[in-house]
This record gives sequence, C-alpha cells and structure tokens, in this order.
Amino acid sequence: MSGRTASLATLAGIVLLLPLALQNNYYYEVAIQVGLNAIVCVGLNLLIGYAGQISLGHAGFFGLGAYGSAILTARYGWPPLAALASATAGVAVLAYLIGRPILRLRGHYLAMATLGMGIIISIVIATEDRLTGGPDGMPVPALAAFGAALSGERVWYWVVGATLLAAVWLALNLVDSPHGRALRALHGSEVGAEVTGIDSARHKVKVFVISAVYAALAGSLTAHYAGFVTPAKVTFFHSIELVTMVVFGGMASTFGAVVGAAVLTVLPQALTVFKEYEMVVFGAVMMLTMIFMPRGLVPTLALTLSGRRLPR
Amino acid sequence: MSAQFLQFLLAGLTVGAIYALVALGFSIIYNASQVINFAQGEFVMIGGMCTVWLANAGWPLPAAIAAAVLVAAAVGLALEKLAVEPARGASVVTLIIITIGASILLRGLATIVWDKNIHPLKAFSGEAPIQLGGATLLPQSLWVLGVTVVIVLLLSWFFGRTLLGKALLATSHNRLAAQLVGINVRHVLLASFGLSAALGAVAGILVAPITFTAWDVGVMLGLKGFAAAILGGMGSGPGAVLGGLVLGIVEAMGAGYVSSAYKDAIAFVIILAVLFFLPSGLLGRRSSDRV
Repeated sequence: MSGRTASLATLAGIVLLLPLALQNNYYYEVAIQVGLNAIVCVGLNLLIGYAGQISLGHAGFFGLGAYGSAILTARYGWPPLAALASATAGVAVLAYLIGRPILRLRGHYLAMATLGMGIIISIVIATEDRLTGGPDGMPVPALAAFGAALSGERVWYWVVGATLLAAVWLALNLVDSPHGRALRALHGSEVGAEVTGIDSARHKVKVFVISAVYAALAGSLTAHYAGFVTPAKVTFFHSIELVTMVVFGGMASTFGAVVGAAVLTVLPQALTVFKEYEMVVFGAVMMLTMIFMPRGLVPTLALTLSGRRLPR
Repeated sequence: MSAQFLQFLLAGLTVGAIYALVALGFSIIYNASQVINFAQGEFVMIGGMCTVWLANAGWPLPAAIAAAVLVAAAVGLALEKLAVEPARGASVVTLIIITIGASILLRGLATIVWDKNIHPLKAFSGEAPIQLGGATLLPQSLWVLGVTVVIVLLLSWFFGRTLLGKALLATSHNRLAAQLVGINVRHVLLASFGLSAALGAVAGILVAPITFTAWDVGVMLGLKGFAAAILGGMGSGPGAVLGGLVLGIVEAMGAGYVSSAYKDAIAFVIILAVLFFLPSGLLGRRSSDRV
C-alpha cells in the first residue's frame, strides 16, 4: 500500500469510527464543524504549503460560496444543488480573474493583496443588505436533493465526512501529479522552476482556483447545514483562522491540514473552561506551538516518532 | 478649493498621520528582522488604554503618556525576547502566525487587566474647533499632525546621525555583513521592537481623544498600518509616511464623496490597483531574486 492510500485509509477509518465516540448532538456538531473547516484547509494547504503562496483572504471565497447558495436558494428559489454548483463555479471564475494579476505579487505584497480582496468581499456582503441581509445575516433553506431534505446532525456528519474524504483524495492525487511537482518546484525557487520549463504563472493560478473552489464548496455546505449565514464567517479574522489551522497542523501535509483544523476547531470549545482567560490561553498555545514546532504539529510529530532528524 | 474638500483633506491627513506612525513601526521591525509584526496594532491599543487607565487613576496627563509609552516599549521588548528570538529561522508564515498569536494574547490580557468597555480620553488642549477656510479643525488634529512631523524628523535624525540608527539600517541591508563589521544584531533587533512599540503607543495615545479607545482598537489600526506600509513599499521610511497619508486621504475622500459604508473597501481597491502597476509599492526597492 502506498503512503497515499495508507493515509487516506487512516482518515477513512477515523471518519467511520468517530461516531462511536460521539455521545450527543453537540459532539456531532463540533465534528461537522471540524470537517467543514478541514475541507477549506486541505485546499488552502495546496496553495500555502505546497505552492508557497500565502492567502489572507480565503474567508472571502468561503463567504461567496455560502452567500451564493443562500441568495440563489432563498431569494430566487433555485434547487440547492444547482445553487451550490453555480456558486462554486462562480467563485472559480472570480478566483481565476483575481488570481491572474494578484499572483504576480510576492511574499508580503501577496499577503496584502489577498487580505484586501477578502476585506472588500466582506464589506460588500455586509453592506448590500437588500440581497444579503446585511450584518444580521439571512436564513438558508435546507439542502435537498432528489426530493429529500438533509436534516439532523447524523445525516450531515456522513455528508461532510464523505466530502472531506473526496477532498483529501483529490488533494493527495494532485500533490503526486506533475502539477503538484511543479508547485513544489516553484515553492523552492520560482526562477529555478521557470528555467526548467515550468509555467509558474499558470500553475499558481490553477492552485489558487482549486483552493478557492474548496473554500466555496465548504462555504455552501456550511450555509445549508447551519440554515443561516452571517458576515462573521467572511471576515479577515476567519481568513486568519484558516491560515493558522494550516500552519498549525503542518504546511505541505494534507493530513496536517486536517489535524490543524480539528485542533483549532475543538480548542476554543475546550478553552471555555478558562472563561475570561480564554483568549490569553488560545494566543499562548498558538505562539508556543509555532515557536517550538515551527514546521507544524503533524510533520514534527511524524519525525519525532520515526526517530529521524529534520531533513534539509 | 471648496470648504468641503478642505474638510475631507484635513480629516484624511489626521487619520493618515496615525496610519503613518503605525506603518513606520511595521517598517522598522521589518527592516531589522524581515518579520511582519501583526501585533503592531496591539501597541497602539496598549498606548491608548494605559494612558486612559493612568489618567483615570489621577496621574497628570504627561506622566500617564510617558508611562504608557514605556509600558508599550517594554511589551515590545518582551515580544522580541520571548517569542521572535526563540523562533529565529522559522519561515515567514510561521513568524506571522506567532505575532498573530501574540496579538490575541495581548488583547486577552487587555480585557483582564482593563475591561471590555470603550473609553474616552480628554483632548490635550480643549475641544473648541478652529475655523480654517470654511472647514473646522479639532485642536487634537493639530497635536496629531504636529507630533507626527516631530517624530518623522527625529527618526530621520536617528537613522542618519546616530550609531544605533545606522546599525539598524546596516542590518536591514545585509544582516551577515552587519555582523561582520561588529554590529550586535541581537541588540539591533531588540531596539527595533522597542522603538516600533513606542511609535505605536504614541499613535494610540494621539488618536484616543478623537476616536476613543478600547481593547480591540488595535485590530483595524494595525491592519491599516500594514496596508499603508505595503502601499508605500515595505521597509521604506518615507514610503510608510507617504502610504499612511495617501491611505488616510483616500479613505476620507471616499467616505465623503462616494459612500461612507464603502470607505474601507475604496481604500483597499486603491491599494490593489497600485500593487497591480507597482508590485513593490510606491517607494519600495525594486528587488530581483538571487537563484
């Protein structure tokens, strides 16, 4: 069994066995939240971890997916699946159009441009209240397919679990494809990659679009699952949260992105016991992890367990 | 020049000067350490909140201001010593996450040490507006502009005439070479964090009488400062000042003539447009990669 199949099988096992440990609906809710965040992070990790391009604006794509589904179903009466597909496709086109000029920028300038893009999207969503409900948000009809509406935490758990597995499977395949190798090459050195004949602009835009599609899809699902969308999920803070999950779990590790999403989704729930010290503890955990495990949780643990020293 | 235009211009310059001070903080740390310090906004918050707190405790305003700047500088030094130095050699994104963690931690501490309320601060010299060509100007705006000019002059003297300032510049150009000529790079790093924190605190104190202060004011001011620094060209001192002023004026004009709901969006659209044509900002160094 190759490493790819093994890690996918491990993840499938976890998704299958997890319900044994989920005692009530609240646990299911947290698990679904973890899954939805993990889908975004797996996509974002392709961009940040493999291609080495930062984005501080992915909550914008997440929000466009969520609001796209919400507006098309609630305001125009589209069937949910058609709305989901159109919203995701729309985000893909938008990401392509934005990605072309933005991805010429490097490092901190790219961080600024993506941040600006995310903030513009969130301001538009919060301001156009006739369409989006403004700061109060808007209700979203349930996700219905083939005459049956999805409802209940247990049903949603399997939908999100299956989507996550598909997302991880696609990402793992992508990483092992020529496209994935090109991404890692241009992460190492963009000029170097171009010398060997890699069209770095094309590859960067492609992975940007893929990661945006992952975010939009998760956004649509979140909107239908929650039955309500608010601009809170589109803010700059949510973008930062998503990047933090990716880096925390371990960059350039698809499994790491899932673990990062899980830890940072569950942690705030667990930290509520600290009451007013919650933010302090959360900030401290973030800092200490990154100081002592700069490569992220999963790569560091994997290396420690296998007893090898850090490569490179 | 119509009175309305002048009014927007004055408002833009005032807020722009604040952005410029925050942006200078970003640039100084970036130059010394290549770190984008996302906790920069928290220094602004600490400056304002600490001044309010001490002033309410009965301290005279000048003493409260001086103490607040020192507190912020101490927090800056601690951040460098405890978080940035141990993570030396980590990737850029990792360092960004560390400073974001620090900003969450500092905000959390602020809610515990102080509270979650919004606090006013008394203007330094009265509230009576000054008439100027049909526009009105708050005395506090003069304080903001005046102090910013003084700080910019002091900084240009510091970087041009003092040994520590020159050491900081040398480190920003080439860390290894700076070390080779005997510059203690670790002290330079520490000094850059202390200086940036003090600058941020001054900005926070100056703006507090106009916009009030609270535990979370640092988020938006930090973001705008970062935007200003990028707009001007990261690492360029004059760029940071220019970026701050341009950002402030664009925002004020956008809010006045187009739509106040979209004033932040307009500012970011302008920044994106500038970056499309000048990928390293208005005054940034045009860099090329070494392969």
